[in-house]
Amino acid sequence: MSAGMVAVIVVVCYLGLLLGLGLFSNRFFRGTAADYFLASHGIGPFLLLMSLFGTTMTAFALVGSSGEAFKAGIGVYGKMASWSGIIHSACFFLIGIKLWSFGKRHGYVTQIQFFRDRFESDKIGLVLFPILVGLVIPYLLIGVISSGTVIESLTGGAFPDLFPSANPRFIGAVPYWLGAAVICLVVMIYVFFGGVRGTAWANAFQTVVFMILGCVTFFVIADKLGGSAAATELVREYNPSRLKSTATGADEQVYAEKIGAWEKDAKAAVIKPKKPKSIPQLAFLSYLFIPLSVGMFPHLFQHWLTAKSAKSFRLPVILHPLMIMIVWVPCVMIGVWATSAVVAGKPVIPPNFGNANAVLALMVKKMTSPLLGGFLTAGILAAIMSSLDSQFLCIGSIFTNDIVAHYIAGDTLTDKQRVMYGRIFVVAIVLLTYLIAVFWKTKAVFPMAVWCFSGFASLFPLVFASLYWRRVTKMGAYACVMTVAVVWLYLFRDSGWGANREYLVFGMMPVATIIGCSTAALVFVSLATKPPSAATIEKFFGRS
Amino acid sequence: MKKLVFVMIVLLALVHQDFWWWDQIDPLVLGFIPIGLAYQAGVSVVAAILWALAVRYCWPAGLEGEASPLGERGDA
Repeated sequence: MSAGMVAVIVVVCYLGLLLGLGLFSNRFFRGTAADYFLASHGIGPFLLLMSLFGTTMTAFALVGSSGEAFKAGIGVYGKMASWSGIIHSACFFLIGIKLWSFGKRHGYVTQIQFFRDRFESDKIGLVLFPILVGLVIPYLLIGVISSGTVIESLTGGAFPDLFPSANPRFIGAVPYWLGAAVICLVVMIYVFFGGVRGTAWANAFQTVVFMILGCVTFFVIADKLGGSAAATELVREYNPSRLKSTATGADEQVYAEKIGAWEKDAKAAVIKPKKPKSIPQLAFLSYLFIPLSVGMFPHLFQHWLTAKSAKSFRLPVILHPLMIMIVWVPCVMIGVWATSAVVAGKPVIPPNFGNANAVLALMVKKMTSPLLGGFLTAGILAAIMSSLDSQFLCIGSIFTNDIVAHYIAGDTLTDKQRVMYGRIFVVAIVLLTYLIAVFWKTKAVFPMAVWCFSGFASLFPLVFASLYWRRVTKMGAYACVMTVAVVWLYLFRDSGWGANREYLVFGMMPVATIIGCSTAALVFVSLATKPPSAATIEKFFGRS
Repeated sequence: MKKLVFVMIVLLALVHQDFWWWDQIDPLVLGFIPIGLAYQAGVSVVAAILWALAVRYCWPAGLEGEASPLGERGDA
């Protein structure tokens, strides 16, 4: 049996289990909108921990972390993972708990409902709606495009008669359009029937799957490389700069020697060294702003509101940094080892291999069994789907509750109608995203990920001020949102619409500048305009 | 204690910058993890400990008591 066929069987079994779980969760559905969108505020600590973690960790946690470590070394962990450990928990603790409390007290389902009340402005929803949805859609596209690509890449040889291809790698592989369609269909079915409860259950299951697979893959690969110590020593010999955050003169010297040897006799040199790379200190620091996006993700807001009680947040707040560490450290080490891995006298990764995001899959394919390769495919899909499902549901929720129920029907929809509209919108959004992903399959969407995160992070001052600053005003909120829109668009355009992936502003990630501008706009305009009414202050801060 | 916990979290964010192992490989922790990565993994562990302290000592007072009675209405 071909490795591709093994992968197909494992993935089909996995998707079957996932569908079963999603459909089983429907047995607990109470038929109300509060249950469909918020699981009747009934999610306990463990499920909340797993669903928040599964939602915040995308496929990037597996394939992106190893790919970035391959390209730039261990510094990627400090830039992205350990900052996320600190900042995500801070958002859960400082933002999530308060929003949960207000949501439960006032019956909010979406962020926009909260902001409308807090800023005493019915129209703020119309300003926020296109921005929030516009920032989530590229994020959704990344998930759908990645799932189709992963399935196509890892199922080669499964059905040679059914799916011929001009590209030898893809002969017999499940085609991109079909792989993406199956993933969309599975996610749509369990979101349609299970609502947010089905999503939380599926996320918990998927989180367990990709955490276990990450660790198993690490140990198997380490063993094949002669042990983890031997694997690291090979990196020290050929690519020492990948084992630290910045390259020194000694690393440049090693590179010059090794590249000279490679150019003289590639076969004898075995490994072609990678050019040493350094992370500027200021850029490294500015990565702290990116995870603030968690405070403004609409799908995270929805998950927060599902909590049974404020106490349910305790486990996620404490364990989230450790879970990030468990997933990221093995993947980063695999990516670093990949730069210098040698098996039977040959490099595991070809010398001029350009697709860093495929490094993990290639290491697994060449160094482990087809079965583990199949499981890894399922693990990567798990990481993708555990974010996709929440995003589909939250967009359906925003359309239903903010646009149809509030602005069109004037808050007269019945509970059943809300559930019906929610489901219709979920189906419509899945279909729309799928069609865009099929007809506009482009890698150009990937650089947008960091820009989407930057957009959400730049709106963080809005949510933070709404919870902790009584004096913030409606006009301050509008100024903040408009400033984010204008500065974000300007910088995005200036970066060649995301094409310049090394784009920095004043030596920092662009998000630092946008957040500085949005904070200034929020503060100055708030101070210059009329404070909110006493009733609003009392509603959100109690009597002073 | 509340202030101390928040000061420690701010300190953690400062030392996250890694002024000590930025261009070092050795010592290799457990024989294979470069010190820079081990340091950042340590930051994650300390973050979990500090957030546990925050949960213990800085928990917002009266939150659930305030929310629950009206929340029942929201559920209906």
